[in-house]
Formats: sequence, C-alpha cells, structure tokens
Amino acid sequence: MSDTKKIIEIEVLRYQPESDTEPHLEVYKVPFSDDMSVLQGVQYIKDNFDGSLTFRWSCRMAICGSCGMMINGIPKLSCETFLRDYYPNRVRVEAMAHFPIEKDLVVDLSGFIGKLESIQPYIIPREARSLEQGEYIQSPEQFNAYIQFTSCINCTLCYAACPQFGLNPDFIGPAAIALLHRYNMDSRDGAAEQRMELVASEEGVFNCSAVGYCSEVCPKHVDPANAVNINKTNAAKDYFLRFLSPKGGSK
Amino acid sequence: MSKRRPYVRSMDGWWKKNPFFVEYMIHESTALFVAAYAFVLLVGLIRLGQGEAAWNGWLEAMKSPLSLVFHLAFLVAIAYHTYSWFVIMPKTLPPIIVGGKRVGPAAITGGGLLAAVVASIAMLALVWRIAL
Ligand code: SF4
Ligand code: FES
Repeated sequence: MSDTKKIIEIEVLRYQPESDTEPHLEVYKVPFSDDMSVLQGVQYIKDNFDGSLTFRWSCRMAICGSCGMMINGIPKLSCETFLRDYYPNRVRVEAMAHFPIEKDLVVDLSGFIGKLESIQPYIIPREARSLEQGEYIQSPEQFNAYIQFTSCINCTLCYAACPQFGLNPDFIGPAAIALLHRYNMDSRDGAAEQRMELVASEEGVFNCSAVGYCSEVCPKHVDPANAVNINKTNAAKDYFLRFLSPKGGSK
Repeated sequence: MSKRRPYVRSMDGWWKKNPFFVEYMIHESTALFVAAYAFVLLVGLIRLGQGEAAWNGWLEAMKSPLSLVFHLAFLVAIAYHTYSWFVIMPKTLPPIIVGGKRVGPAAITGGGLLAAVVASIAMLALVWRIAL
C-alpha cells in the first residue's frame, strides 16, 4: 500500500451494554484511500484499534440493507458513503436514530420485524384459482402500480429519518406501510380490506405528519411517504364509506 | 441472564438536530399565520354585521402602519406556506398517469404553484375592481 495515505478522524458513538450506562463518542484516526467507504473506515477501526466495535454489514454494495448508520447526523448506507466526501473534516458515525441501541452501531430491530409481519406481507388471492385454471395474469399497467414499492431493502433508514416514529415507536412506520401498499396495489391480492384495520389504527398512517424525510433518505427510491399518504386518503374514504355501505370497510 | 440493555435515546430537541426538520418546523408554523389571518377576516365579518361605524373602524384599523407591517409579515409567511405545501404535494398524491406516463414531482409542484399564483392574481383583480 502506498505510504501517502491521508488520515481522517472518525468519531464513533460507542455503547457497551455490559459496562456503559450511556453511549459516548470516541475518535479514531483512520488512514484512508479515495475508494474507501465509511463502512470500510469502521472495519479498519475494528481490525486495528478495537475489536469490540460492533456493527452490521454484509453485501458492501447497497443491496442487503444492513449497514445503515447516522453519518454526520444523516441516515445513510455506510457502504455507499465515502470518506473522501468528508475529508479533511471529522466524520461522526452513530447508530441509526430512533431505534434502541443494542451495542455500538447495532440497533434493536425486533419492533420493525414485528411490524413487517403484522401487515400480512404476502399475496392473499382475490379469487382462488385451481392449478388447472393456470397462473394469475397481470398486465404491465397492473405491474407498474406496485413495482416501485417492491424495491425496499429493509434498511430502515426511513425510520431513522422519521421523527414521528421516534416519538411513537409503535407507529408502523414508512417501510412497513410501503410494503403493505405494495400488496394492496397488486391486482392478484384481495386483502386491502383486512389490512385497513391496521392502516387506520392508533399505530397506523395518521401518525404521519408529512415530514417527508423518509423518502429523501431512501436509497432505493421507494418513496414510502407516498405510500403512507395515499393510505391516509384510503383510510379516510373507508371511514366515510362505512356510513354509506351496509357491508362496511374495516371493523 | 441476558446481558441485553438496549439504550433508548431521548427525542428532546429532535427538530434542531437536522436542517430538514428545522425547515419542517418553520413551514408547519406558518400554518399559524394562515389561521391567524382567517381570524382577522372573521373579525372583519363580525364588525360588518355590527353596522357601518364598526365596519369603517375595522377598515381604518387595517390601514394603520402597524397593520401594514403585519400584513407584510403575513404575506411572506403565507406565501412560504403555499410554497412548502406544493413541494410536499407529490409525496401525498396517488400516481397521476397522463398518456401512459407518470407525471413527475416537479410538474405537480409547478402546476400547484402556478394554480396558486393564478388564483391569487384573479382574487386581487376582483377585489381591486370592487374597491374602485
Ligand atoms: S423504504 Fe427505503 S429507506 Fe425505508 S427500509 Fe425500504 S429501502 Fe430502506
Ligand atoms: S453492506 Fe449491504 S447495504 Fe451496505
């Protein structure tokens, strides 16, 4: 390796549940090259300074969704964020905001996983079809209605960007509602009514005050804010139509 | 025994932590100006109902220098409110498909702003004609 490497200061929010009562910042001087990501910087710290530093990562190519961190206060995938863009200033790396910190840069995602399960993230067929009847046919227009919302990689950056989730951790939140919307918009699915109860509930879409930052930070252009806000309209329609239709919408 | 002790960070002062949130709080607070001005107009309506003297008194009050300064502040705040409202609008609407293509966010925001400007000019022209 060349010896002309530049040195950048990386400030990391550390929290060791076994010994610390609260998180604190620690600064490391990390030699870096222009092609090094923030994730690689953090890996350098683990390999050379402190093996106990804990963080999640896997693919290093912005597709597994595990390496989300607050980088100078902005929720980002650390594998696609480059140290060169911060040099010569110090860069601060913290666990994703609004989630409980498990250890160092690792957050507790169990609440999010529970929410993902709660939205029934699978196709509940509109009409049963036997094998003999063949596959469900879908037109390109019908496909286009939901494809955008399938791009989510569950990185939860949108939750780290959502102050309403920070204030009310029970809020189902951007990504889970985007996935809910993905199934509602699928022409093969017929369970929008079942999901409505959750959409309109205390934990549902009306927690959103249209801050819109979730869609700004989303690395996959899912636009979760759009899914949430369309479902506000849907919930309001459902509420008023209940008075008109004998069948009713949600219970 | 589990060694887990998840640490929950405080949300105190959350809106100061990111410029995006600061802007959000500013544009949300401009809604107060919209409400306050609706209240000013409501007072005018009440004064109108109380007879000519009361109405003229309200009109005079509206023309005072202090009132003019307030009007300028209201104009700025409400204009910013309008602007921020149309900036967020693309995120709130279901897809609008024209000629098989989805209308982009810039077109929606631009269209909204244009409509607001046209409506304001039409309103101004109408009031101007009544005033003359
Ligand atoms: S919606 Fe975007 S920001 Fe949120 S979890 Fe999915 S990919 Fe990440
Ligand atoms: S390591 Fe997979 S998204 Fe960054």
